[in-house]
Amino acid sequence: MLKIDSISKTFFPGTVNERKALQDVSLELDESDFVTVIGSNGAGKSTLLNTVSGRLPIDSGSITIDGAEVSRMPEHKRAKYLGRVFQDPMAGTAPDLTIEQNLSLALRRGKPRGLGRGTTRARREHFREELATLELGLENRLKTKVGLLSGGQRQALSLLMAGFTQPRILLLDEHTAALDPQRAALVTTLTEKIVSTGGLTTLMVTHNMEQAIALGNRLIMMHEGRIIYQASAEEKKTLTVKTLLGEFSKLKGASLGDRALLN
Amino acid sequence: MFGALELGLIYAVMALGVYLTFKVLNFPDLTVDGSFTTGGATAASLIIAGVNPFLATAAAIGAGLIAGYITGLLHTKGGIDGLLAGILTMIGLWSINLRIMGKANLPLLREETVFTPLRENLLLGSWISIGILLAFTLVLKFAIDWFLTTDLGLSIQATGNNQQMIRSLGVNTDNTTMLTLALSNGFVALCGALVAQYQGFSDISMGIGLILVGLASVILGQAVFGSRNIIMASLGALLGSVIYRFIIFLALRAGLDTNDMKLTTALLVVVALLLPRWGFLRRIPSLRTRGNRAPGKAPDGTVDIPDQMGSIPAGTRAGAAAGTATGVSVGTDAGTAVSTKNSTGTTEG
Repeated sequence: MLKIDSISKTFFPGTVNERKALQDVSLELDESDFVTVIGSNGAGKSTLLNTVSGRLPIDSGSITIDGAEVSRMPEHKRAKYLGRVFQDPMAGTAPDLTIEQNLSLALRRGKPRGLGRGTTRARREHFREELATLELGLENRLKTKVGLLSGGQRQALSLLMAGFTQPRILLLDEHTAALDPQRAALVTTLTEKIVSTGGLTTLMVTHNMEQAIALGNRLIMMHEGRIIYQASAEEKKTLTVKTLLGEFSKLKGASLGDRALLN
Repeated sequence: MFGALELGLIYAVMALGVYLTFKVLNFPDLTVDGSFTTGGATAASLIIAGVNPFLATAAAIGAGLIAGYITGLLHTKGGIDGLLAGILTMIGLWSINLRIMGKANLPLLREETVFTPLRENLLLGSWISIGILLAFTLVLKFAIDWFLTTDLGLSIQATGNNQQMIRSLGVNTDNTTMLTLALSNGFVALCGALVAQYQGFSDISMGIGLILVGLASVILGQAVFGSRNIIMASLGALLGSVIYRFIIFLALRAGLDTNDMKLTTALLVVVALLLPRWGFLRRIPSLRTRGNRAPGKAPDGTVDIPDQMGSIPAGTRAGAAAGTATGVSVGTDAGTAVSTKNSTGTTEG
């Protein structure tokens, strides 16, 4: 489904600030794989997602989605394969547009947009059903501007917008990190639900080890631009935070950072 | 009085164009000063050459579309800052406008214009001409309202609202930006063509300072009618133009010279921008931060939501800080409060 073949990405090459964000990273996701990505700050987790989404160009290597080579494809063209949720709850929705308008925008992801009405009755019915699955009561607030929703509600909406059009790949970039614990738990539950009902192939970056272990069928750990540990579906079933910390301490001089340790 | 109303309605066409770029696309487009004259010059030259005035006006719209498209190209493909891109096109158009007209002033005396039927029947300056102009501008307004609710229009609104989001949904924001700039300047050029025919001449300097007139109209309209939705916002732009002309009319009545009008307009805009700072008219949009298109940065005191907001600094960071606490037992109430403030903080972003 998704094939990342030895990609590299260096920021500010040839300067004192040169930083190798990705070094020869390869990763393959099969249909319906749900891979969680953990690692220290600056390990290249988000860069990995951003190269898949096309937000960052890669220096070398290739990315294939569903058999199509996409590494030279601009971000907006790749969108037809990808559903994305960002870390910032503000990033995934347009605040001045209503819930139904945001959903209409998401509904046309990767498709041509013409002069047809954005919010038809049929679409509205569809949105109501989809929103009801969030169990946040948003189905009764279709005409509310998204800017009036709380961060958790906006993130739940972003998640729905990314998932309800059956993308080939779902990219989640620490999408619960900016939420308070309760809402993070809610969005985590919703993630599980949306991914499993849609059978979506998912790549999720997280700082939270518990979450990384609880969600998905595979896990990878990154450090300094490389994948340093992989847990297959079998291994992941018995994986604990302790094992992960053990794996991590094998790295000389590596520090998980306070954030990950607190989790 | 009737004259002021008529002018207000004619200039409302430009205000609608400025509304498209400034409010919808969140792009301060200075092309307006040039494309307005381009519209007037194109229409006047063609009318003098014997072309049907309606065709000449249509040609003026075409010229405006091109002007806006060029600004869009400079900004998106050329990566030139929006303000500078507009200025470049505006300055370049000065020479082009002179080429179109052949000289600095083209009189349309005794030429057939779109206003001839009204003028010959002595209907100009009456309720009938005002009714016709009002109907015409309302048709344009509703056309914009309709357009902005289509799939394409929604993606334009989203481009002005959150570029990152709409790009991740597969929209080429370069294209939506260029399209909107073209459409906006089409409206502005149409207005220029109408003004030239209304006043009976086209002049090379007729567009100078018009962007401020457009902004003044949009802001005044928003102050009076609010901007709860696009229907009210575009109505605000339309009637804001009439209110603006009315203020100018009163200023002239009060003894000010026509030469003072540019200063009057500038002061009007300054006052409209500063009032919200002092707590009046909070509905007025913030122009102080325009040009900075990054989402999620609402300056203090410019937010649509009353109270609770008050003194909270625009705070995406606050949310992120709260986020680091994920998994740790933090007072849940505090966390929730932060994320709520956080979301309201960006409603005007």
